[in-house]
Amino acid sequence: MKEEQQPDGQEQALVEAVARFAIGQLAPHAAAWDESETFPLPQLRQAGALGLCGLFVSEDHGGLGIGRSLGVRLFEALAEGCTSFAAFLSIHNMATAMVARFGGAVVRQQHLPELTSGAKLASYCLTEPEAGSDAAALRTCAARRDDGYVLDGAKAFISGAGDTQWLVVMARTAPVGSKGISAFLVPADHPGVSYGRRERKLGWRSQATRMVLFQEVFVPEDHRLGAEGQGFAMALQALDGGRLNIAACSVGTARAALREAISYVKTRRQFGQSISQFQAVQFRLADMATELHAARALLDQAARHYDAGHRATRAFCAMAKRFCTDVAFAVADGALELHGGYGVLGDYPAERHLRDLRLHRLLEGTNDIMRLITARQLLDDHDMEGLL
Amino acid sequence: MSDMKIMVGVKRVIDYNVRVQVKSDGSGVVTDGVKMSINPFDEIALEEALRLKEAGKAAEVIAVSVGPSQAQEQLRTALAMGADRGILVTTAEQPQPLAVAKIFAALYAKEQPGLVILGKQAIDDDAGQVPQMLAGLLDVAQATNASKVELEGESARVTREIDTGIEVIEIRLPAVLSVDLRLNEPRYVKLPDIMKAKKKPIETIDAQALGVERLTFLRVIKTSTPPARQGGHKVGSVEELVQELKQRGFV
Repeated sequence: MKEEQQPDGQEQALVEAVARFAIGQLAPHAAAWDESETFPLPQLRQAGALGLCGLFVSEDHGGLGIGRSLGVRLFEALAEGCTSFAAFLSIHNMATAMVARFGGAVVRQQHLPELTSGAKLASYCLTEPEAGSDAAALRTCAARRDDGYVLDGAKAFISGAGDTQWLVVMARTAPVGSKGISAFLVPADHPGVSYGRRERKLGWRSQATRMVLFQEVFVPEDHRLGAEGQGFAMALQALDGGRLNIAACSVGTARAALREAISYVKTRRQFGQSISQFQAVQFRLADMATELHAARALLDQAARHYDAGHRATRAFCAMAKRFCTDVAFAVADGALELHGGYGVLGDYPAERHLRDLRLHRLLEGTNDIMRLITARQLLDDHDMEGLL
Repeated sequence: MSDMKIMVGVKRVIDYNVRVQVKSDGSGVVTDGVKMSINPFDEIALEEALRLKEAGKAAEVIAVSVGPSQAQEQLRTALAMGADRGILVTTAEQPQPLAVAKIFAALYAKEQPGLVILGKQAIDDDAGQVPQMLAGLLDVAQATNASKVELEGESARVTREIDTGIEVIEIRLPAVLSVDLRLNEPRYVKLPDIMKAKKKPIETIDAQALGVERLTFLRVIKTSTPPARQGGHKVGSVEELVQELKQRGFV
């Protein structure tokens, strides 16, 4: 919406600026960060300086104030450089947008500038050991005390945990139901906050994933985001945007994988000729490109619906997330296949692309949950039309 | 000279990543639908001007492009990087170096900059002539292929990389500088600055209004593709490599 009012060429200039950063500052290091599990703080600070840490926060609050249609292009460009880096920025932007949108005046004034500038980073804490797909079953409790709340409980699979300065935490202010959940902004080093070990994992290895434990953590009332009981709705709304971003990170990664595959098949010779001469290879490349563009088109449509406030936005975001992450994984798998045995070696990016993309089919809601969201709307008499 | 203006050239060229294609009739290269960018050497020139301004040694940076109206895009990028304003000089056809130098000379008379900083060459035609021609036309000092620039009052110490080593010269301002690859590393453009750049002014002037009528002096007879590179192959061992080199008469 917003970027449509801007003059021609500006959107392209923004995408190109991000692509240039990704190719110049991320791509050369992505393999090393993956191997050594390094959180690339200097480059995250640099990304902040470029304006990438407050993408969806209004300009009044120090953000860039762009819509999702442009946002997905930027995440694609970032992921072409480094998937794990782009995905972490997605999470930081998701949490930061929640603070901007639902934080009170004091919180916005004191903490938002540091988040939008990237001086401080944020993690999004919804999932718990026993509340994954059934996120509304979360049990972390925020007990009311005169001038605030006391948090007790545990969060699991928290991206960036241990390296971020702020936590956006969904916790119970009433004993049952999704309407008993509220959201809080909690300093990551607050007394009573502790962290589990760094999880060893398949992909996204440049960012830490840890459990976060809360033991009698006091949070002042003005650090609650939105009204009591609104937390779950806010968290799901943030996830709609997060799913678009992850879909975009998938498309960008798959494009990088396809690029690598094309360049490999041109140089690899077998049976006395370049393997790019074989139709089996050509057809595979053609299908990869075709499916990737189909995914990108659905992603674009979902992002436009998000920006326009379309009533089927949630289902469109779910469809885009499911389709883009599946297609991107298939493209990365095809790219690895074209590399033959070299595809599984760490010397080529194919196996990293595949590992990172495998995560995308599970997180920000598993792809089966995406199907559930889509089907629910299709079977609802009132909402069905918006999806057909 | 903290009130000094710096004028910078910004040429629209085919992006350095693009594989250039020669038109089938040999009349030039394909630019339709091809990604265009600021000439990389010009970007270095702009970066240097911006650093001088940020160090308090200049007051205003003016980005100038000579060419088609689409060169506005490159001027916008220059403004997003930090130039204060842009001047687009439109021409009916692609001007050759002497015409570009005359256009810059006319703008120099109008703007009175203390420094004109230009790329040492553009990556499209590799002519590498405008800075020297401009200094000649203006009868001011020039320092070409600069790899380091230090301003001291009314003069500049310029380090140049030449065939015999490193040369340091001192020139009086006003002057024309042409910049080399190793002078600096241009900054990444900040996204908010791209948005703000649309509010910065770009003045459009026709070359004729600057008194420059003739744009070309040389006729291009033919543009053709260099012979295709022969594909190589990998050798299995050092012995094999040496043997191959001997066979081909390289050692």
